[in-house]
Amino acid sequence: MAKSKNQLEARSTGTIPKTLTGISGLDEITLGGLPAGRPTLVCGEAGSGKTLFSIEFIVKGALDYGEPGVFMAFEEKAEELKANVASLGFDLEQLEKDKKIRLDYVHIDRSEIEETGEYDLEGLFIRLGYAIDSIGAKRVALDTIENLFAGLNNTAVLRAEIRRLFQFLKSKGVTAVITGERGGNGLTRQGLEEYVSDCVILLDHRIINQISTRRLRVVKYRGSVHGTNEYPFLIDDEGISVLPVTSLQLNHEVSTKSLPSGIAALDKMLGNSGFYKGSSILVSGTAGTGKTSIAATFANAACLRGEKCLFFAFEESPKQIIRNMRSIGIDLQKHLKEGSLEFYASRPTLYGLEMHLVAIHKAIKKSKPSVVILDPITNLITIGSVSDVKTMLVRLIDFLQAEQITVMFTALTLNNIVNEQTDEGVSSLVDAWLLIRDIESNGERNRGLYIMKSRGMKHSNQIREFVITDKGLDLVDVYLTEDGVLTGSAREARMLMEQTGEVIHAQAVSRKDRELERKRKILESKIESLRSEYESAEEELNKVYVEEALKKQIMGETINKIADLRRGDDGGEEKNVHKNK
Amino acid sequence: MGKAYELRLYVAGKTSKSVAALENLKKLCEEHLKGKYSIEVIDLLEKPQLAEGDQIFAIPTLVKKVPEPVRKIIGDLSNEEKVLVGLDIRTKINN
Repeated sequence: MAKSKNQLEARSTGTIPKTLTGISGLDEITLGGLPAGRPTLVCGEAGSGKTLFSIEFIVKGALDYGEPGVFMAFEEKAEELKANVASLGFDLEQLEKDKKIRLDYVHIDRSEIEETGEYDLEGLFIRLGYAIDSIGAKRVALDTIENLFAGLNNTAVLRAEIRRLFQFLKSKGVTAVITGERGGNGLTRQGLEEYVSDCVILLDHRIINQISTRRLRVVKYRGSVHGTNEYPFLIDDEGISVLPVTSLQLNHEVSTKSLPSGIAALDKMLGNSGFYKGSSILVSGTAGTGKTSIAATFANAACLRGEKCLFFAFEESPKQIIRNMRSIGIDLQKHLKEGSLEFYASRPTLYGLEMHLVAIHKAIKKSKPSVVILDPITNLITIGSVSDVKTMLVRLIDFLQAEQITVMFTALTLNNIVNEQTDEGVSSLVDAWLLIRDIESNGERNRGLYIMKSRGMKHSNQIREFVITDKGLDLVDVYLTEDGVLTGSAREARMLMEQTGEVIHAQAVSRKDRELERKRKILESKIESLRSEYESAEEELNKVYVEEALKKQIMGETINKIADLRRGDDGGEEKNVHKNK
Repeated sequence: MGKAYELRLYVAGKTSKSVAALENLKKLCEEHLKGKYSIEVIDLLEKPQLAEGDQIFAIPTLVKKVPEPVRKIIGDLSNEEKVLVGLDIRTKINN
């Protein structure tokens, strides 16, 4: 924004000199303010903010630009005026004491005035001239000079004098704002625009669908380029804010830094990093799918990182959100206390779309967050048509991207054609789109989350089951079976079933093992018995051999003994025995 | 009619309108309020700070401070009838 301001100033040089009004946004539309040293006509219907415009011009000049100003009131007494603008934080009393501004109330009461013969308004000129000189004023506001016509009869004189008045103001070199009531065929009731040729600003106050929107338009600005559109403006406790809506261009900086979403599993789906900084994210889904929870988780993550988050709540009150989020283990109260989280709650029907936009702009400029949540944008449909909402969001996204603020919208999708349109309309603008869908099966409703798009990111194409637990949000892999995708209790049941199956299987395996063991034991014992049988058989066989050997030996010995006995010859008999062995 | 009239005539320099107004006023007062009036002429070119106090915006302006109510007559006072009504003299004569 600062950059664009410099551009504006650069462009305004070379044309006519301008005076910054200090009215937020107006100086951007007029590319530098009102024509310096010339009168500007501000016209509008009753209650369109003319008096406020002129007083703000004077006060801002005195406070911010060191230009003292004279405010000449034809309608309100000085005391009334002081009381009226005190609510905006303007202390006229003090400014008057400091000789920064001067209030002069011109009282014209028809009942106590008689006109006889010729006269002029020299008295007014002297008064104004004196007021200007006494404080060295550079700015003058006349609110509303047309009241002269109500108090005096001789309009020919008045017209001539008003023409002279503008000449007088120019000769004084003051930048003047003259207000005029709208009416008749022209911009003002008395055709003041004839006299003021340099700059004319029209204030409008329109009611559409019972919701009022204030608009400002620069009707003409001689010698200068200016925004020609109608710009919505807001009057609140800080005065007037005008929103220059079409000055934005598609050339903002981009960041490759990414912000975690607060849900680890979701970050993984988003290429393991989260959302890009300065991007816009749409979370859409049917009622009760946890859109606000996702938004709150994102906000919570930002606050935990020590970043500032601004939460625009259009549906629930801040307290309600805090309570509800506590139930899923998110403590927003803590961040609220620390100041890292700010809520901005308003009913969509409070004012028109444009005014919401102005209000959002203001709040963002004031608290300078790095993350902005809008929950939900759907409710804005109630106060504007689909295309209105879309244009509003385009401007908002443009503004946020220029400021490098990450924004998350939530949107409700219904089976309603209008809302589907909005969904699509908005979805083409956003960088990332998370869709939460109800998956209805087996008599229950489960949430399936998928990433419809995420620009410039390798993101998962899977549907994940989105679960809300006491400890926060999580994504679980859906269960793929031959019967299709299972979620919720069907998934749980399936998992349980498979677990049981595993136990049974394990048991079966162990039973088989045992049987095998038993069989082995049986066989082993069989082998044992066979072996012992064999051993006994062997022993039996051996016994025969031994017996036979013994027999032979014994028989041999016996033969030898017999031979010995026969011959009594020792040597020859021994050789025979040996051979037998 | 016992009260004195305190009249103030605001002018800005010696313009023809101012001169005419003062002449008309003097003539009229001599005719209708002889001995019961005082006229103070204030030149705003010399004392511009006085313009705000009496709510002067047109020149010339005649202000009748006393007797009440305060009345203002703007213009060169050429229409005697209107001035007399403006100063609450005519109605009183009619009474």
